[in-house]
Amino acid sequence: MAKTKVVVDPITRIEGHLRIEAQSEAGMITDAWSSSTQFRGIELVMQGRDPRDAWAFTQRICGVCTVVHAVASCRAVEDALGITIPPNANIIRNLVHGMQFVQDHVIHFYHLHALDWVDVISALSANPDDSAAIAKKISPWPNNSASYFKQVQDRIKTFAAGGQLGIFTNGYWGHPAYKLPPAVNLLAVAHYLEALDWQRDVIRLHTIFGGKNPHPNFLVGGMASAINLDNDMTINAVKLAEIKGMITRAKKFVDEVYIPDLLAIAGFYKEWASIGGGTPNYMSVGEFPQAGIKDVDKLFFPRGVILNNDLSKVLPYDHMGVTEGITSAWYTYSGGDKAVLHPYQGETKANYTGPKPPWEFLQDQKDGKYTWMKSPRYNGKPMQVGPLSRMLVAYGLGDKQVVDTVNFVLKTLGVGPAALFSTLGRTAARGIETKLLAAQMEVWFDDLVTRVKSGDTKTFDGSKWEPSSWPKKAQGYGWLDAPRGSLGHWVTIEDEKISHYQCVVPSTWNCSPRDAQGVKGPYEAALTDHHPLADPKRPLEILRTIHSFDPCMACGVHVIDVNGDLLAEVKVQ
Amino acid sequence: MFFNGVAWKDGEGLAAHLERRGVSRREFLTFCAEMTAILGLSTALTPRIAEALEKARRPSVIWLQLQECTGCVESVLRTSDPTIGDLLLDVISLDFQETLMAGAGYAVEDAKEAAMKENFGKYILLVTGSVPTKDDGIYCTIAGRTAREHLEHAAEGAAAIVAIGACAHFGSVQSARPNPTGAVGVDQIIKNKPVVNIAGCPPIADVITGTLVHFLTFGRLPDLDGDNRPLFAYGSRIHDQCPRRAKFDAGQFVEMFDDEAARKGYCLYHVGCKGPATFSPCPIFMWNGHTSFPIGAGHPCIGCTERNFWDTMSPFYTRLPDVYGVGVEKTADTLGAALAIGAVAGVAAHAAATGIHQIQSRRREAAASGGKSNG
Repeated sequence: MAKTKVVVDPITRIEGHLRIEAQSEAGMITDAWSSSTQFRGIELVMQGRDPRDAWAFTQRICGVCTVVHAVASCRAVEDALGITIPPNANIIRNLVHGMQFVQDHVIHFYHLHALDWVDVISALSANPDDSAAIAKKISPWPNNSASYFKQVQDRIKTFAAGGQLGIFTNGYWGHPAYKLPPAVNLLAVAHYLEALDWQRDVIRLHTIFGGKNPHPNFLVGGMASAINLDNDMTINAVKLAEIKGMITRAKKFVDEVYIPDLLAIAGFYKEWASIGGGTPNYMSVGEFPQAGIKDVDKLFFPRGVILNNDLSKVLPYDHMGVTEGITSAWYTYSGGDKAVLHPYQGETKANYTGPKPPWEFLQDQKDGKYTWMKSPRYNGKPMQVGPLSRMLVAYGLGDKQVVDTVNFVLKTLGVGPAALFSTLGRTAARGIETKLLAAQMEVWFDDLVTRVKSGDTKTFDGSKWEPSSWPKKAQGYGWLDAPRGSLGHWVTIEDEKISHYQCVVPSTWNCSPRDAQGVKGPYEAALTDHHPLADPKRPLEILRTIHSFDPCMACGVHVIDVNGDLLAEVKVQ
Repeated sequence: MFFNGVAWKDGEGLAAHLERRGVSRREFLTFCAEMTAILGLSTALTPRIAEALEKARRPSVIWLQLQECTGCVESVLRTSDPTIGDLLLDVISLDFQETLMAGAGYAVEDAKEAAMKENFGKYILLVTGSVPTKDDGIYCTIAGRTAREHLEHAAEGAAAIVAIGACAHFGSVQSARPNPTGAVGVDQIIKNKPVVNIAGCPPIADVITGTLVHFLTFGRLPDLDGDNRPLFAYGSRIHDQCPRRAKFDAGQFVEMFDDEAARKGYCLYHVGCKGPATFSPCPIFMWNGHTSFPIGAGHPCIGCTERNFWDTMSPFYTRLPDVYGVGVEKTADTLGAALAIGAVAGVAAHAAATGIHQIQSRRREAAASGGKSNG
């Protein structure tokens, strides 16, 4: 049987611009290439700036993962300048980042990922009584009556009957890979709409601490939102009560809607627990410091590296093991195409050698380059990063909460631990960590209240605010595990200005192209690991696996040039 | 057809349609009243908005996402009135939008082409993201075509073009010096049609949806300022509407974050607030369902609704007369002196603020005439 060339561009329901090229044969994918087709050069823009401004610039790397680059940037600058933020500021950052995780994961599940599993049109033929019966069985959520589901169904029917399908136009409705009964499809569609209302409420926690969302404000040295119980402009009892309300509502939705839906839907797609595993290495730099940034043994999600799917051994992480290569990417290195560099030495000169647009294919270029993504490696190996990596590292280390929750999910689905190394595993792990985090938010909130009660209202350390207090040259590393995975910012400050800035970002790890040894990155490896593709013209299965990683392409692509030169000349083939 | 629902009857208006869907007339009118308020219109116009919306079949909207961070899409998801669900199901027909569309690749590119052909001359084009112009535009391609080609093609049949957010406005962060990819805003590519700029990084959700509803209701774009920003949102300075303004006038300033003044909610001007040079409705509409806004949460405004703010408003924690973008040096010095006096005398402060306003206007004129700031 002949090989079929498959192109999916744009990959929708992600952040940014991603292109997948693949080959399929007899209903299976035989090869795959992931290409990022956008480049902005933000790190180059950073040079010569005030390091206290860096969080605002790098935050704009991504508006879906808002918060994460800002915090990583603050940590990098604080590391370079020797600043320790007050405990209250650490708790507030954890609350803001924690809500980012919870809100972002729920949006991912319902609005970016669900339509890979849920057939909206099938929901039109559901019996709302059946949906209500299922809903009542799996959750105490109040909106589970037949009349509620009927109302949603009527709304969608009216919408569809108008002949204007909007965002649902040309979806893969009726595709044989859709397995849910109509009643479950209707349940999921109802919660798709409900989650839209929920997310704009709970994210207001960002607005109280950071003034707005997306892109709330941060501050090197702490947080700008002062605490004073006796002032109307500051964090006071009214605002704390609002925050508490949002945390409660966030947790309730996760426990009573997201997790039951995830388990119910996953139950119909168990075959995806043996599809799309791919790269067998997992990395987490850990996240949510609970005893200061230096104490990496007290992170809520622990740090570590797993090789070859071996959960019995979790290796320590050292950022000096991180390198990036450019064999398959449109850049040049002074040491040649096969060289690899640590981010502190990172150099990038853009050098587009792809075809002149408009073009059809990228995978068959003579020099083997097909993307703006570099190839990050840890001790020479590609790594998966994200929820599954975090949960596997914690599971391997015996973290009780994680072990118990993962085992509960495996038992509910009737599968073994090997099922975690899969497309379904990535999607399930995202739900598991959301549940744990939503509960932990209440603990952090109580910690903050306890501290304020004891008289500690400090949110900022200004001892190194003035540039005159800084050393002539300083380097800092800001690490953070973001919703999509491990993130690092490396900054060099010279004469009060940024002289070098480098980010290695979750989607760079996951969307990595082939390296100098020809080893595929995680998207590519997952798409070629027992991966079906029934109809190359309707590539629903590709979307399932790619979305299980929750791609964020704007984050992944970057440039820095140590010499401050402008971009190199472009060659168009 | 596999749809067994009742079809949208010929000539049936939105209100009648919604009523059959279970939305009462009263709820519909409440929605119209809320939109009237957001648009800053007289309440006497509510019936007219209702009338216009009743007549409408959902108009086609094409949303292009170019060189961007998707923060503006996230912002629209936070809209309160209408909610995003109402917007998608009842108000518009969002016929192309990459972040939300079910299909992918050819399926959605085909859907976009079909919608643009069917609604040629009638669809609304929303754009987020900038256009890289260096090196033949190869820094942003979608489906093998450059961002510029996508934009020029979609602009041809658009009845209105709305550039949402700082990237589509002027290029935003990727256009900050040295602008590695030659990123520019929509109005630097599309010259033969008016482009409305919904400024901000990102803009407030309700300003985006308010602009859409304005167009749908009145059949024309809202009145704009010198930088093509709707007056209903960008007509006044943050400084003039700021809840901390009285502290500025009284000379009560935060000198360092978390100091006693910060804990009393004093003015953030000395720690870099760009409110005096920024036209935006943040203190009036506020963010995320009227919850707060940056100054309200203790952080200075960074001026994100102003063209080239990454260069002209930074360093962000340096007070206004010292930042790169404000006028010539001599003027900045004079302004600084005036503001120092202003710290103890409210009258002088007002004068200084007015001075900033004038400089602001000049800077905007210079930008509009192609002049570069000295960032």
